[in-house]
Amino acid sequence: MTREMTGAEMVIEALADQGVKHIFGYPGGAVLPIYDAIFAQKKVQHVLVRHEQGAVHAAEGYARSTGKVGCVLVTSGPGATNAVTGLTDALMDSIPIVCITGQVPTHLIGNDAFQECDTVGITRPCTKHNYLVKSIADLPRVLHEAFHIAASGRPGPVVVDIPKDIQFAKGIYSKPKDFPHSGYRPKLKGDINKIKQAIDLMAHAKRPLFYTGGGVVNSGQAASDLLRELVKLTGYPITSTLMGLGAFPSADKQWLGMLGMHGTLEANMAMHDCDVMICIGARFDDRITGRLDAFSPGSKKIHVDIDPSSINKNVKADVPIIGDCAHVLEDMVRLWRTSAHHPDKKALGEWWKQIDRWRARKSLAYRPSNDKIKPQYAIQRLYELTKDRDTYITTEVGQHQMWAAQFYGFQEPRRWMTSGGLGTMGYGLPASVGVQMAHPKSLVIDIAGEASVLMTMQEISTAVQYRLPVKIFILNNQYMGMVRQWQELLHGGRYSESYSEALPDFVKLAEAYHAHGIRCEKPGDLDHAIKEMIGVDKPVLFDCVVDPAENCFPMIPSGRAHNEMLLGDAAEKLEDAITEEGKVMV
Amino acid sequence: MNAPTPSTSHYPAAPTAQRAETHTLSVLVDNEPGVLARVIGLFSGRGYNIESLTVSETEHQKHLSLITVVTTGTPMVIEQIKNQLDRLVPVHRVVDMTLNGNAIERELAMVKVRGKGEHRVEALRLADAFRARVIDASTESFVFEITGKSDKIDQFVELMLPLGLVEVSRTGIVAIARGPEGM
Repeated sequence: MTREMTGAEMVIEALADQGVKHIFGYPGGAVLPIYDAIFAQKKVQHVLVRHEQGAVHAAEGYARSTGKVGCVLVTSGPGATNAVTGLTDALMDSIPIVCITGQVPTHLIGNDAFQECDTVGITRPCTKHNYLVKSIADLPRVLHEAFHIAASGRPGPVVVDIPKDIQFAKGIYSKPKDFPHSGYRPKLKGDINKIKQAIDLMAHAKRPLFYTGGGVVNSGQAASDLLRELVKLTGYPITSTLMGLGAFPSADKQWLGMLGMHGTLEANMAMHDCDVMICIGARFDDRITGRLDAFSPGSKKIHVDIDPSSINKNVKADVPIIGDCAHVLEDMVRLWRTSAHHPDKKALGEWWKQIDRWRARKSLAYRPSNDKIKPQYAIQRLYELTKDRDTYITTEVGQHQMWAAQFYGFQEPRRWMTSGGLGTMGYGLPASVGVQMAHPKSLVIDIAGEASVLMTMQEISTAVQYRLPVKIFILNNQYMGMVRQWQELLHGGRYSESYSEALPDFVKLAEAYHAHGIRCEKPGDLDHAIKEMIGVDKPVLFDCVVDPAENCFPMIPSGRAHNEMLLGDAAEKLEDAITEEGKVMV
Repeated sequence: MNAPTPSTSHYPAAPTAQRAETHTLSVLVDNEPGVLARVIGLFSGRGYNIESLTVSETEHQKHLSLITVVTTGTPMVIEQIKNQLDRLVPVHRVVDMTLNGNAIERELAMVKVRGKGEHRVEALRLADAFRARVIDASTESFVFEITGKSDKIDQFVELMLPLGLVEVSRTGIVAIARGPEGM
C-alpha cells in the first residue's frame, strides 16, 4: 500500500508487511516515536524484555524455532551496545535477525549527544549488513532490504539505525518490488558438474561419512527431509556438529552422535579414518577439526556450503559445491538414484563393523550414583520424560550444554537452540522466552548451568509477565563447570575463580519473580520433580543439584587429533587411549 | 613420529608459516557511506595485510567506486580475502589482477626536493632520466611528478635522498587489465 505516513509508522507498516507478529524490545528516548506507533496498532505485538541482550537472544530463539526472521527494537546508545553480544551470537550461528535501533536526531550525530553511540560503526563487524537511515525517502526500501538480507543466502543479523527526526518525518511508504544491490545474489543451485563429481566420489567410497551442520537446519525442512533420504539411500553413517543436531534423527541406527571436542568416539574416529567425507552445511570449525594437520588425513572432502568464504577456509575441499543445502541435496538424491555405480557392499560392511567396535567402547558412559545426581543422568531422565511431548530445548554454555547435546535425543530440526559459535553464557533463558512466544502450547526447556543462567536471570521476569511457562532446568554444580574441568585437566588443578561462593537460593529466587521453584538433590526424587516441573503452568526454576566433580567426556584435548580422545573412566579402555603426556595432563 | 608438545590452549596451534604472495585486487563497490570502512574493517578484523589501498568513484551515474588493494598472504588466505570481500553486500565484483596475470599496475608520486647548485642540477637530470615532470619550482626546490611501477618510484626516491629529499606523497597502486575486456 502506498500512502503518506511518519517514519515510525513506516517501521510498523514494514514489519506487518513482512508478516512479523512479535518484536522483542525495550523502549528509550530515541525510539519513543516508534513506541507511539506500536501503541496505536494491534498487528505487531511487542514483547518487553528486561535487557537488550535478552531481546536479541529471544529473537534468535524465535527465529531458530520457526525459520522466520526474529525482530528486535532497542534505543540508541546503551540500547544498541547491549544488543551487540546478541548480534554477534546471531552472526556466528547464522540466525536471521532484524534489529531496529533508535539514534539521536541527524543534526546531533557526531556531537556526543546524550545516549549517542556510533551504532553502525560498532555493529559493522557483528552484523551481516547495517544501515544508518539519513533520509525518510530511503526508509521503506531499507526496511524491506534488511529482511531480504537477513533471511537470504547465509542468514544473519541486520541493523537498521533510525535517527529520531527520521522517525518523526513524513514520507511516502510503499513496499519496493526489486532489490537494488546487484552484488548481493546468493547462489542457491550448486554447479551440476561438481555435484556429479561428488556423487561419483561417494559411489566409489569404501569408508564414507556424512558430516552435517547448521546449514541443513537453516536451509529449511526440505533440506532435512532430503538429507534423511540421501543417508537412507546410501546406507552411509552420519555425524553432525552441535548446530546441526536434529536435522537427522538421533534414534536412527546410521547416526553416530555429535562429533568434535566432546563428540562420541565413533563419530570422531570415523571422521579420522573415513575415505570420503560429505560435509553439508558445516564449516570445519576448530572445535570440530582439532589439530588441523592431523584432521582426517586420508579422506577426499566434498564441501557443500552457501557461503563461498566457508569453503577452503580451514580445510581444503576436494569437491567444493557452493549452493543452498536443500537445492544441492535435491540434485544429489536425483543423481544418486540414477547413478550407474553402486557402493562397494563388502567395504561398507567392514566399515560398519569397525564403527560398531568403536561404539562398543561406550564413550558416553559415566559412573551412576545412588546418592548424587549425575548431570548426565539428569539429562537422560529429562529426555525420557519429555521425548513424547512437543518439546523445544535451549541451553546456556558449558558442560551442561555438551551433556544436553550428548544425552538429549533430537529427532527433528528446529528443536534445539544453543549458542554454538560465540558460546554465549546467558543465551538459553531469553532464547526460551522467544521460543515459547512462537510456540505457546509447546514444552520449552532451557537446560542451564547455575553460572550461565545468572547472566540473564532477569528475563524470568519477562516470562512471568507474558505467562510463558518456560522450564529452566539448572544443572547446579556450583562451579563454572567447563572452566573447572579445563583447570583440572590442563591447568594443574588451580581452580582460579571458577567456584561461585554465594549462589542464590533458586527456589526463593523463583518465588521472588512470581515463578515456581523446585529443588532436587537425590537421584531417587528426580523423576517426580521433573514431572512436577512439566505439570506447572508457570515459568519454573528447577535447581537440580548435581555432582560438582563430574567432567564432560569424551574430550579431544587441545591441540590433539580426533584419534587422540580422552575418555571418562567408565568407558571401555583402549590401552593407549591416553598417552604419557595425556596422563601428565590428567 | 614427532609428537606435538602438549598444548594447554583452548585452540589448535598456529599453522607453520607458508609462502606468502602479494596480490592486487580490484574491488567494485557501491559508492555509499561506510563502504570503505567495511572493506578496511574486514582486513583489520580478520588480520589481513594492506600494503596499498586506493579508492575513488569511477562511475558517477551508477554510484560505483573502484577500490584497488594490494595484500599479502598464503594462497589460501588470498582466496579467503576475495571470498570475504565478495560477501559484503555493497561489493559488486572482486577481481584478482595478479592471478589474471595481464594487469597493468601504476602509481603516481609527488616528490619534493630542496637544494642548490650541483645537487639541484643533478636532481633535474635524474628526473629527466626517470621521465618525472617538474610541477612546482622555487629557487631552492622542485616538486616532481612521477608515474610508473612502484619499484621505479622507490628507485627515484632513493636517488633523491642525498640530493635533498624533503617529502614524498604517493597514491598507491591502481591497476587495469590489458586488452579490450572490462572487469
